[in-house]
Parts: sequence; C-alpha cells; structure tokens
Amino acid sequence: MLRKSDGFLILSAVLLVLLGGSFADAALGLSRAAPALHAKAEMVEKLGLTDLVLFTEARYTRHPSQADLHSAFQDHPFAMDHFPTGSLLPPPMPRGRP
Amino acid sequence: MRGWLNKQRNLLDFSLSSLSRRRGKTLGMLAVYTAIVFLLASVMLFSHAIRREAATVLAKSPEVLVQRMVAGRHDLIPARHLDAIKGIRGVQSAEGRLWGYLFDPAAAANYTLMVPTNPRIEPGKVVIGDGVVRVRSADPGDLMSFRAHDGSLVQFKVESAISRDSALVSTDLFLVAEEDFRRLFGIAPGLFTDLAISVRNPREVTKIAEKIDAALPDTRIILRDEILRTYESVFDWREGMLLVLLAGSILAFAIFSWEKASGLSAEERREIGILKAVGWETGDVIRLKMLEGLVVSLSAFLVGYLLAYAHVFHFGAGLFEPVLKGWAVLYPKYKLAPFVDELQVATLFFFTVFPYTIATVVPIWRAAIVDPDTVMR
Amino acid sequence: MIHLSDVRKAFNQGKSNEFWALKGIDLSVKAGKVTVFRGPSGSGKTTLLTLVGCLARPTSGRVRLKDRDISGLPERFLTDIRRSTFGFVFQQFNLLKGISALENVMIPAYPLGVDRKELAARAHGLMQSLDIHAKAQSNAEWLSGGEAQRVAIARALINDPEVIIADEPTANLDSERSKQFLGIVETLKASGKTVLMTSHDPLVCDTAVVDHVVSLRDGELVEAR
Repeated sequence: MLRKSDGFLILSAVLLVLLGGSFADAALGLSRAAPALHAKAEMVEKLGLTDLVLFTEARYTRHPSQADLHSAFQDHPFAMDHFPTGSLLPPPMPRGRP
Repeated sequence: MRGWLNKQRNLLDFSLSSLSRRRGKTLGMLAVYTAIVFLLASVMLFSHAIRREAATVLAKSPEVLVQRMVAGRHDLIPARHLDAIKGIRGVQSAEGRLWGYLFDPAAAANYTLMVPTNPRIEPGKVVIGDGVVRVRSADPGDLMSFRAHDGSLVQFKVESAISRDSALVSTDLFLVAEEDFRRLFGIAPGLFTDLAISVRNPREVTKIAEKIDAALPDTRIILRDEILRTYESVFDWREGMLLVLLAGSILAFAIFSWEKASGLSAEERREIGILKAVGWETGDVIRLKMLEGLVVSLSAFLVGYLLAYAHVFHFGAGLFEPVLKGWAVLYPKYKLAPFVDELQVATLFFFTVFPYTIATVVPIWRAAIVDPDTVMR
Repeated sequence: MIHLSDVRKAFNQGKSNEFWALKGIDLSVKAGKVTVFRGPSGSGKTTLLTLVGCLARPTSGRVRLKDRDISGLPERFLTDIRRSTFGFVFQQFNLLKGISALENVMIPAYPLGVDRKELAARAHGLMQSLDIHAKAQSNAEWLSGGEAQRVAIARALINDPEVIIADEPTANLDSERSKQFLGIVETLKASGKTVLMTSHDPLVCDTAVVDHVVSLRDGELVEAR
C-alpha cells in the first residue's frame, strides 16, 4: 500500500513540476507572442496611438493617458464617476512639471 | 541522517492522518485557501502582464503631445502653433493629429476615429478595427453611413479590417481620410485635435517640453514617459476594485488565522497531551502541526497559482471580463502575452504559505508546553 | 530500580486552593517485579504514578532511577527517559480517534526515526502476541474496552520499555477481561519487565502475579508488603 507521505510527496512533486512547467509555458508563449507584440508596437508607431483599448466605455477611459487631470469630474463637479473602469484606473500621472 | 529523514516522513504520515481525520474541515479550509490564492494570483498575473504588454507595445507612441486647453478643457489646436513649435531647437518634426470619437447609434458603440498620415486613406473609404467588424458585422466592401454635424449623410466604404492580432490597440479604430473627418465634425482646415512632436535627442525631451510650455502657455504637454507611467499604475493595488478584493482576501485570511489561533479545541488539546505522555517532545508536537499547516498551505498555493495561470493565460481571464468590460459595448478579444514575474510569484508564495503555517504553530506552542501528566487527571 | 525519598507533591501551590497530594513518600520499586499502588480515590496513587513515570516532577524530595537523580531534570531529558524507560497504559486508554489501531500503536516510535517497515512489523508482532491483530486496521473508536486496552498495551510496548505503568487497568473491564489482563501482566513479568499499577480492585491486589502492594491514604504510605 502506498504510504500517505509518499502520496503527498508525489502529488507535491507533480504540482511543482507543473509550476516549473508554467514558467516554461510562459517563456514559450512569450516567444510565440513576440511577432504579434512587434506588430502592435509597429501599429502604435505608424498611427501614433497612445493607449490600449482596454476600456471603451467613456472617452477618458478609452484614452486614459490623454484625459484631462481628474477628467472623471470634468462634466460637473458633483458628477460621480459611475463607470466601473474608474475603479481600475488612476487619473493621468504627470511628472512634477508645470 | 537516515533517522532524521525517517522521523520527518513518519511525522508527515501522521500529520496527513490527522488532517484526514478532520476531513470536512481540512477540505473546506483547503478550498477557501485555494480560492484566495487563485484570486490574488489571477489579479497579480493579469495586471503584471497587461502592464508589461503596455510598456512593450506603447514604447513607440508619440514622444511629445501638445493639447490646447480652453477653460480647463481640451480644445482644438490651431496650426499656427505648429510653426512656433518647429522653431524650437531640438524639435525634429511636428505634425497635427486628427482624432476623436464617433458614436454609432446602430451598434450603440463608440468608435475612435483617426486620420492616419502614413499611409493615407482615400476619401470615402474606411479601415476598421476588429471590434467594429464584430458589432456591425461589416465585411470589406460594405457601406456604412453616419450623420455629419450638419445633418448631412457621410458614407464610407469598408476598405479592409485590421487584424485581430492587434486588437488590444486597434479594436475600436475607424481610420478615415482627413477630408471626411473634417466634414463629419465640421472642423475647419487649420485646426487639429492635438500636435505630435518628435525630438532629435531623447534626453532633451523634458527641456523641449519646458520650452513649448513657455512659448505656448495655453497648452498641456503629454510626454511618452507619462503615457507609460499611466499604464504602469493601471490595476495598481490602490485602485478601488483591487483594494476591495485585496482587503477581502486579507480579511478572510485574518479570520482564518484567528480561528486557528484561538480555536484549539479541547479534543486537540487532549491529543497533544496524549502525544506528550507517550514520549513526544514539545518540539515534535510543534513540528507535527507545522507540517499540517505546510501541507495545507503548500497545496493551496500550488493549486491556486496553477489555476490562476491557466485562467489568465489560457482561458482569457474570463472571470475579470465583466469587470474590465464595464458598460462598454466594444471590447477587444485579446490574448495576453504571458509575462510572468518570478519574483512576484515568490512574494505571493511567501505571503500565503508562511503566515498560515506560523498561525497554526502559535496556539500549538502555547498548548504544547503544558505538563504531560494532565492526561492522567 | 526506582527509589523515592521524602517525595511531596503540591497542586496550585501558593494559591488559596493549595492541595498536597503526596506528603512525604519513601519507596523502592524493584526491577522485574509487579507492584500495585492501592488506595481509595484521592489517596494520591495516580499522582505517585506520574512522578515515578517521569510525567511530572515532585515539589520536593528525590526520585532516583537506577541511581540517577531525575527529580531535577529539565523537561527535555525527562521526555527522553520517559520514552526509553516507561510505557503507559492510561485508565481511559487515551487512544487517538479517527486513525487505525495499528497507527495508534506506532505513534510513540515516530519521533525516534525508526524505519516505517520495521516499525510496522514490530507493531504487527505486538498486536499478534496480544491477540488483537484482527483489529489492526479498525479505527480506535470502534474498539471495545478490552480491545482498546490491548491496543494501549501494545502502544506502551512499542519502544520496548523496561517499565510498564498502568493506571486503574481493570476499572473499565468485567472480571473475565480483568483476568485476561492479569494474564498479559504475567507474560510481561516473565519477559523481565517491571510492572507498576494503581488499583483498588481486590481481584488485582490479591493475585499471585503481584509481588508488592503499597497502600496509600491521604497522600501517605499506610502499608507496604
């Protein structure tokens, strides 16, 4: 009969191998994604894009880097930010520049 | 050495027996714990991957953008500002950009309209992103018409669609010719949305930005650096949703540990007494409980992390989709490149496995220093 | 083998409910013999057993094991001595629930780092000799009183101790089972073990196998024969 500790050690070993496998899979996936990443970077350069299309719900979330500072409140000082994205995204972050 | 190894294995055997004795409790604990690790690891993997993807993809975005501000709002910028900027030393080139948003009532979606300069789009034609293709089920050759600012109809013929591979930067794009753009919105020639500037020496960017700011006081300047910084902090731990998630997990974990720390039952206490009476040292009892904690936390970490990895990189982070989508109609179908930060994984390991193991040991230690003769009373 | 001189034990010392369980005991336990501590409940016999068995330390007085003073040793060393010298059979048997009888028997040997196969073989052998081998894979809570006691005895013997200590061994058994237990004591004695028991059961005290009976009352020695 299999010892309990052996069972656990084998299971752990399998999981650890899978963990190692996930890193290998990540490395492999990254090299496979390289052409697509390159294509995207090229498109960004060619079209002069500034943002990822992550959130298309509002104009200040579609182009967060181009939005006014605190643009969520730009329509009205008391207009609550009701887009869910607002909780995933900080306001634009200028460096200490005028 | 052999004896030591045998001892550890014997203890491991016994701790597994102990865990299986309280099967319901152990499995429940394992499930909750795995879920917490899964959630935290998913957020961690997803946010790291998207940040790295943004940094890689946006590395060649415009170096300097100049927007005109009127009464605190972004406004159209006149072409004469271009001449002022071109006169500044160190500026390699400057050109006006035309872009904006177009609401399509047919799909209730908002497109990003843009006028590319290289290659130019022929008037009356449009190149659309993958998302637009999907919401309008438009094929090349189809016609799309929109009402212009004055009510007249502007018609576009779909020339081609942008590949889905680049959906993450292009899914809602609607690329048109300059004439069509101006006609649609009634923007007079000589006005642009903003200005894109490239600089001869990248190290002078800040200096040139200062010069532009001095020359054109009514403008706001956005550097490429700032664009990248914006994305560095997307899904930061301070952002509401994630804070709630994180707080929830930490709270669950605290309840967990507290239950452990205070909930040493009379039964468990009796067992420790028996073990000590039959000749176990305090250290052996603690080692046993530590192994129990380690078995649970290590399994939970490994399973939780592996599930999270599969979830984020092989199943398109399906659980996050409703959150990311928000109220958006257009949503890119993208597959994240699997950027994984080993250090982050190690940190997660440390912060999930160790506190739990410690939390199991502390109360045991308190109980294990009692005299073994208590079992005889 | 074991010598006690003027041993006293107090519980809750220094508090209002201070209680002296033993008030000056002088006693010698001889190797290879069977000794019974008898007395009514509260007489201090179980406390005496815990002192002899290194489960507790006396408040004052000396306990010597083979000419070594063990009354002042720290917990670590006591554990070591307890593990190698004594095997315990508790009144409530104190088996761990939810695990098999076999595993219960093996528990005391785990921290010693014995090879698992060897250990299992030893445990099986002991259970065979005590005639409970059939129950080896049953969980401890499914055993009857007599079976549980024999599992507890096997557990006490797993580290091959010189002294077996049993607290009220017949309290939870009928006469038939009690006789069976005394039969086991006889085989233990024959194999050279020292046996120490507490009991107020006449059946135990008057058996031929018992060499010495020490009577206690209110923490003091009344009679020793």
